[in-house]
Amino acid sequence: MAKKRIVTATINGREEEFLCQPRQTLLEVLRNTLNLTGAKEGCSNGNCGACSVLINGRAVNSCMVLAVEEEGADIETIEGLAPGNGLDPLQEAFLENAALQCGICTPGYIMAAKAFLDENPNPTEKEIRFSLAGNLCRCTGYDKIVRAIQQAAKQRAEQSASCEKETV
Amino acid sequence: MATIDETKAVEGSGDTPPKYKVIGTRPIRHDGADKVTGRALYGADIKVKGMIYGAVLRSPHAHANIISIDTSKAEALPGVRAVATSADLPEPGDKIAELGEGSVVLNHLSSNNLARTKVLYKGHAVAAVAADNLHLAQEAANLIEVKYEVLPPVMDVLKAMEDSAPVLNPDVRTEEASTGEKGDKPTNIAKHIVFEKGDLEKGFAEAEHIVEREFRTSTVHQGYIEPHVATALWNNDGQITIWTPTQGTFSVRQQVAELLFVPLARVKVVPAEIGGGFGGKISVYLAPAAAVLSRKSGAPVQIVMDRTDVLQATGPTPGSAIKIKMGVDAEGRITAAEAWMAYEAGGYPGSPIGAGAMCVFSCYDIPNGRVEGYDVCVNKPRTNAYRAPGATNAAFATETVVDELCEKLGMAPVDFRLLNASKEGTRRIDGVTYPRVGLIETLEAIKASDHFKTPLTGKNQGRGIGSGFWFNAGLKSAVTATVNTDGSVSLLEGSTDIGGSRTAIAMQFAETLGLAAEDIKPYVVDTDSVGYTDVTGGSRVTYATGWAAYEAAKDLQRQVVARAAELWDVDPALVSYEDGHVVGPDKSVCFKEIAMELSTTGEPLVGSGVSNHNEPGGAFGTHLIDVDVDPDTGKVDILRYTAAQDCGTAIHPAYVEGQIQGGAVQGIGWGLNEEYWYDEEGSMRNANFLDYRIPTCYDLPMIDAIIVEVPNPGHPYGVRGVGEVPIVPPPAALEAAIYDAVGVRMYELPMSPPRVLHELLKKES
Repeated sequence: MAKKRIVTATINGREEEFLCQPRQTLLEVLRNTLNLTGAKEGCSNGNCGACSVLINGRAVNSCMVLAVEEEGADIETIEGLAPGNGLDPLQEAFLENAALQCGICTPGYIMAAKAFLDENPNPTEKEIRFSLAGNLCRCTGYDKIVRAIQQAAKQRAEQSASCEKETV
Repeated sequence: MATIDETKAVEGSGDTPPKYKVIGTRPIRHDGADKVTGRALYGADIKVKGMIYGAVLRSPHAHANIISIDTSKAEALPGVRAVATSADLPEPGDKIAELGEGSVVLNHLSSNNLARTKVLYKGHAVAAVAADNLHLAQEAANLIEVKYEVLPPVMDVLKAMEDSAPVLNPDVRTEEASTGEKGDKPTNIAKHIVFEKGDLEKGFAEAEHIVEREFRTSTVHQGYIEPHVATALWNNDGQITIWTPTQGTFSVRQQVAELLFVPLARVKVVPAEIGGGFGGKISVYLAPAAAVLSRKSGAPVQIVMDRTDVLQATGPTPGSAIKIKMGVDAEGRITAAEAWMAYEAGGYPGSPIGAGAMCVFSCYDIPNGRVEGYDVCVNKPRTNAYRAPGATNAAFATETVVDELCEKLGMAPVDFRLLNASKEGTRRIDGVTYPRVGLIETLEAIKASDHFKTPLTGKNQGRGIGSGFWFNAGLKSAVTATVNTDGSVSLLEGSTDIGGSRTAIAMQFAETLGLAAEDIKPYVVDTDSVGYTDVTGGSRVTYATGWAAYEAAKDLQRQVVARAAELWDVDPALVSYEDGHVVGPDKSVCFKEIAMELSTTGEPLVGSGVSNHNEPGGAFGTHLIDVDVDPDTGKVDILRYTAAQDCGTAIHPAYVEGQIQGGAVQGIGWGLNEEYWYDEEGSMRNANFLDYRIPTCYDLPMIDAIIVEVPNPGHPYGVRGVGEVPIVPPPAALEAAIYDAVGVRMYELPMSPPRVLHELLKKES
């Protein structure tokens, strides 16, 4: 068995040091070593998106990257999304729109949607559907998920508008 | 999206004030925060102190005899803690167990968990290993040497029925469903069902038009995103604890006890949050092996499937061969209908052929009919329930024939259905007479929809309609309600929550006591902490566990009335519970206040409720679909989708819509894309989510859900089950839409681009 390596990365804003074997995926290390079980393993080969996390701001299937590759990376997981007391607009929108049933795809969906909205704050329905097709949900038929993301986009726009006002 | 207002338009009660305070509102689900923050613990998130990891060795062959299994090399690998084979599971003999939603031959269930003498499908579990970590366990599993005698696989349902076909199970004889009599020679045909009504010959003689067609449908999988997982601890005192995401903790308890030959009382099942099930998470696949490995190693053992295991070795729903013949008179009334249906059971008997045979003509009032069904073993995984099991492929066949009859009659499909629709008093061919049902109301709702009234405009566009039925189930449920000193209530229930049912149950409880949904804290608890509760299946939870919650609230009403009478020193006959208040001769106090007062003056308030009612009031849905068919590729795009369904009373309308939308999309996947694709050796060649392609959000439009409310007279709040009906109509409605668009009939599922293109090219030449 190959020797374990030490990897240092920023995870949800905190610098973390962890040990991993070269063959371990980031998903396995997040879940089993760091006990961040919000990212789920649905397929292990990048097809379902349930393990989506952000690496340097980009949504990535964490089952498809090796943990040893992440030296110095900035990693965000679902556990780091909510502000201290409350929820992120995406999390609120998912609840208000009943955009989850079993909820297993929800953490991955929310993280992928966050990366998408960071890049495209004012998307059309088609852009949402195109960009998030890598995240599978088997319960909802996606209708309410798409609506939740539309609502979150609106809410984020309002928030940033009021922030700008305050800065002015 | 259709709102509840449209429903009221259907019901014609738009101006009346709402009947309920809590029911019909859309509160945030109680487990919501945990599920959007990643805190909710699903099966593979459970970590037990000292836990080690298991891996399963699976058969590379679809059909083979097991000659020998040598585990010595695996056992010798450092870090390996235990190895298990079928030798570690007791021989159940010919015992049959009732598992809540159907019975099972224990020998088959046991052999499906760890193969005994034969492997019956590729991926069949043969041995299991536990080791210090997963990678070691997988390495060790690959060191197990199994000698097989490979046999020819039987992959096709019709071929499996031939006398010359290799027989999978030497113990299977054909059982006549009506008499229980069994045949005398080994066969792949496990069951034969016949239902008859009226005079079939006379019915067809009266017909002006007759259409007879043959259909084939592929094996499809539930496709839940969470793979199966079980964690087991066989403790030093012999007590066994299983942590697992399951649709039925009590069913898992029984299966584990029966398969391990241990007393039921020694098994406790703790439900993890469940990442989808749709019928596929009732049977056990991993828990018995994990328990054996725990006993042998002395440590808790977790086994997780990967996606390939899930597709190859759990319980998809059967492929089928169906023939339908229907006759109508000149006015469009059905005079006779006949069905012949063969469903693939997979390696062991038990396809949902019974339900399929009851559902095949369930939407129509048919005077003369005959249905014949066969349960047939083939070398594919042992099939299991999938959302309205057996009904979707049956509806695809019947509705397609109906669409052809409508064309012959020159009659609008919606009007044909309105003329022939099942209603209160209609007797199905299998003999059941319907109570008040709402098929006609769903047809009227579709006819009144904006979608129906908006004509199609483009070339290669088409519109199709289809209806579907599911029985729904009642069965047993129990809840316990403990009143807190502030008057809030903790509600303990045994129905695992797959799609928001905690909240739907809590809302019925809150409505009954006059509390807010937020005053209730619902918890799904383990098998030692709540009364027996049947599986989360059969669309039964909101109906049956909701009813148990209603009874628990009634129990608390009685208790607070009696206690208030004592406290106020008045005749109990003068105290009653009205509109959330205990009302005495000179005062009226709300539940929270009286509960707070009683908490300081006497024993604690604990209510309980149970239900075992079986009037779930079957439910119907009608779907309308517009498609665009690409004539160059055969690809079908869905332009617009409207689904109307009778749900009795919508407790939480957002989650009712969610069930309708989700079911519709699973039906779309079944209709257009999904199939188990086997090679000649019986090896599934698309056992991953890239090639077994379930619908993505990019494949779909919004799904408009119209909630129709025809209250079920058999429930305190009129609830009918919702979850299963919506998967039934889509393939049929898609077929009709494709025909409307490009003029080709599709008699095989899925209606994938190559198949549609093939039919288009055939038509051109």
